[in-house]
Amino acid sequence: MSDIKVPTMAEMAAQGQKPDVLFWVGCAGSFDSRAQKVSKAFVKILNALNISFAILGDEEACTGDPARRAGNEFVFQMLAMQNIQTLNGYEVTKIVATCPHCFNVLKNEYPELGGSYEVVHHTQFIKELMDSGQLTMKSGESFKGKRITYHDSCYLGRANNIYEAPRSVLAELDADIVEMQRHKSNGLCCGAGGAQMWKEDEPGNKRINTERTEEAMKTGAEIIAVNCPFCLTMMSDGVKAEEKQDDVMVYDLSELIVQQNQL
Amino acid sequence: MIGSVIFAILFLIAFGFAFKKYSRIRRNILLGRDVTIEGPKSERWKNVLLIAFGQKKMFKRLLPAIMHLFIYVAFLATQIELIEIIVDGFTGFHRFFSGLLGGVYTFVINAIEILSLLALVGTIIFLVRRNILSIPRFNKPEMKGWPKLDANIILIGELFLIVGIFTMNGADVLLQEMAPDKYPDSGLLLISSVLGPAMFGGLSFETLAALERVGWWMHILGVFGFLVYLPYSKHLHILLAFPNTYYSRLEEKGKMDNMPEIMNEVKSMLGMVDAEENDFGDELPEFGADDVTSLSWKNLLDAYSCTECGRCTAVCPANITGKKLSPRKVMMDVRDRAEEVGRALDSGNVDFIAEDKRGEGVKLTKENFDDGKSLFDYTTPEEIHACTTCNACVEACPVLINPLDIILQMRRHEILTQSAGPSDWMPMFTSLENNGAVWQISDSREAWTKD
Repeated sequence: MSDIKVPTMAEMAAQGQKPDVLFWVGCAGSFDSRAQKVSKAFVKILNALNISFAILGDEEACTGDPARRAGNEFVFQMLAMQNIQTLNGYEVTKIVATCPHCFNVLKNEYPELGGSYEVVHHTQFIKELMDSGQLTMKSGESFKGKRITYHDSCYLGRANNIYEAPRSVLAELDADIVEMQRHKSNGLCCGAGGAQMWKEDEPGNKRINTERTEEAMKTGAEIIAVNCPFCLTMMSDGVKAEEKQDDVMVYDLSELIVQQNQL
Repeated sequence: MIGSVIFAILFLIAFGFAFKKYSRIRRNILLGRDVTIEGPKSERWKNVLLIAFGQKKMFKRLLPAIMHLFIYVAFLATQIELIEIIVDGFTGFHRFFSGLLGGVYTFVINAIEILSLLALVGTIIFLVRRNILSIPRFNKPEMKGWPKLDANIILIGELFLIVGIFTMNGADVLLQEMAPDKYPDSGLLLISSVLGPAMFGGLSFETLAALERVGWWMHILGVFGFLVYLPYSKHLHILLAFPNTYYSRLEEKGKMDNMPEIMNEVKSMLGMVDAEENDFGDELPEFGADDVTSLSWKNLLDAYSCTECGRCTAVCPANITGKKLSPRKVMMDVRDRAEEVGRALDSGNVDFIAEDKRGEGVKLTKENFDDGKSLFDYTTPEEIHACTTCNACVEACPVLINPLDIILQMRRHEILTQSAGPSDWMPMFTSLENNGAVWQISDSREAWTKD
C-alpha cells in the first residue's frame, strides 16, 4: 500500500525542481482516515501517469473555508495570507484540490488577497487527463452492471457550475449511471457545508444527510459517487444509519478509477 | 364630461399617492450601506432579458411557470389597452386606437382578450393552489396571517380586472351594432362577440351603455387600486424584478465577499506590515450586519423584490429537515425591519436618536437612529446557524435574490462584533488559529503519505 510517492514542495525545491502542479490535500485529506484514502487514490493516479506534482505537507494550512463561512473573517484571512505567502514563495502556478471547499476558496477568494493561481478540482483534472489520452480506462469487470449515482457537492456544483466533468469521468466506467431526483443545480446538500460539519444540528426533525442518503438509495444504486471529503463522511454516515453499509458503498470518483484500473 | 373630471381627479390622487409611496420605498432601500456593483453591463442586461423578461428561472417548475406566464403576458399586453382607457378617461374619446390602427387594432384587442382568458385560468388555479391544495411552501409559519391575505388580495384583484375587461368588451360588442357612430367598430372579437350576446343579449341600449361604463370603471379602478396597493404588498416584484436582476452579482455563487477593512489588521497581526498604520482608531468598528443600515442597498432591494413564492424555502436543506431557517423569512424579516426603521424615521421622533447623539436641535437621521432593536429581533441566531451555505436558495430564486449573502453578513456580525455564535465552533477556531487545521490533531500533515 505504501508504494505511493508523494514529494513535498520543500523537498523538490531543495533539489532545484518545481512540479507542474501542486496537489492541495486539505485538512480532511490529510487527517480524516477515510479521506486519506481518497488522497492516496488520487496520488496513485498521478503516480501511474508519472505526473510531476508535489504537496505542501506541513507547510499547508487550512484554506480557512469553515472559518469564513462561520463568520470568522479574521481567522480566515490569517490562514489565507499565510497560505498565499507559502504558495507565492514557491511560485506555484497550478493547483489541484480533492476538496471542493478548498478548490472554491483557492480559486475564487484568494485572488483578492493576493494569491492568483490556476485552480482545478481533481475531477476536472482527471477529465483533462482522459481528454488528452494520458488516462485510459482498462476494460475490466469492476463495475459492469453496477448502478452508480452521483452526488453533486454544493461547492463544485452550484458554487462553481461544474456538473459535467465528474459525470463524463463516470461515464467512462462500464456502469449504469443513474441520477437522483434532485441533481445538478437542483442537487441537495449533504449537510456539512457552511461549517455545519463542526457543530451539532439546530433543532429539527431529520438530519440532512439522512434525507439525501434516502434519495440516493431510492435510485437503487450500489455505489454513491462523491467529489468531496465532507460529502463522503455525510453520505457514509447516512448509509450506516440506514444499516445499508454492506449493500451501498460511498466512494470518491478517484477511488472508482483506481478500482477500474487496478492501480 | 363629469366622468372625465372624476377620472382626472382620481388619476391625480392615485398617481400622487403612489409617487409618495414609491419614493418612500426608494428611501428605505437606500437606508442600506453603499456598494459598488461590479461586472459588465452587457451581462446585466442579459440577466434582465432572460430572467426578468424571459422568466427563465420560473421554468424550474413547469405548471406554475405557465400559469404565471399567462398572467404576466396578459399584464404586459393589457398596458396597451390601458393607454386607450386612460385616453378615454380624460377625453371621453371611445376606442381611440381603433380608427388609427384598423386591422392591427382588432388583432391587439383579440390578443389581449385571449391572454386575459388565460390569465383568468391562471388566477383561478393560483387561488386553488394557495387556498385549497396544501402545497407546503404556501403554508409555512411565515405565511400565516397578512402574507396569505396579501397574496389572495392580489389574485382577487386580478379577477376584478379581468371581469372588468370582459364586461366592457362584451357590452361594447352589442353597442357597436346598436350605435356604430358612438361605438367605433373594434372588428370581430373572438371572445367578447360570443360572451357579450350570451351574457347581455336582449338588454336595452341604456343598460348596455351603463354596463360598458361599469366594466370600464372596474378596470381602471382596479389599475389605480393596484398602483396604490403595491407599495404595501409583496407584489412589488412586478416592478423590482427588473432592477433586481440588473444589479445581481455576476461572480461565481461560491465566492464570498471579501472584508478589505480588516486586511491591514490581519497583516499587522502576522507581522506583514507595521502595526501603527493599521489602527481602527478609538473604537472598533462594527463588522458584518445586524440591521438594514449595515446591509447593502442591494440586500434591501432583494427584500423588496421578494414576492414570497417560497421556492428558496422549498429547496433549503435546513428547512426541508425541520429546522427553523427559511430563506424566504429572512427576506421578509429584512423588509419588515426596513419598513419599521422607515416609519420611525418618518415620525421624526427624537426618542429614536441614539442616547449619546442626542442634543439641542439634533434631528433624527439614519446615521443617529437607534430604536434599541436590530435584525436579530426578527431573524434569530438559531435560524442563521442552520444554514449550510449550499446556495440552493440563491439558485432557486426566479428574480436572483440572494438570501445567503444576508445570512453570512449576520454570521459575521455575530462572531466578529458580538463575539457570540455556536459554542461548537470555538474549538474549531482555536485549532485553526493554533494549528492551521480544522481539527485538534498533533499528527504531521504529511503522515498519510508514509503509512
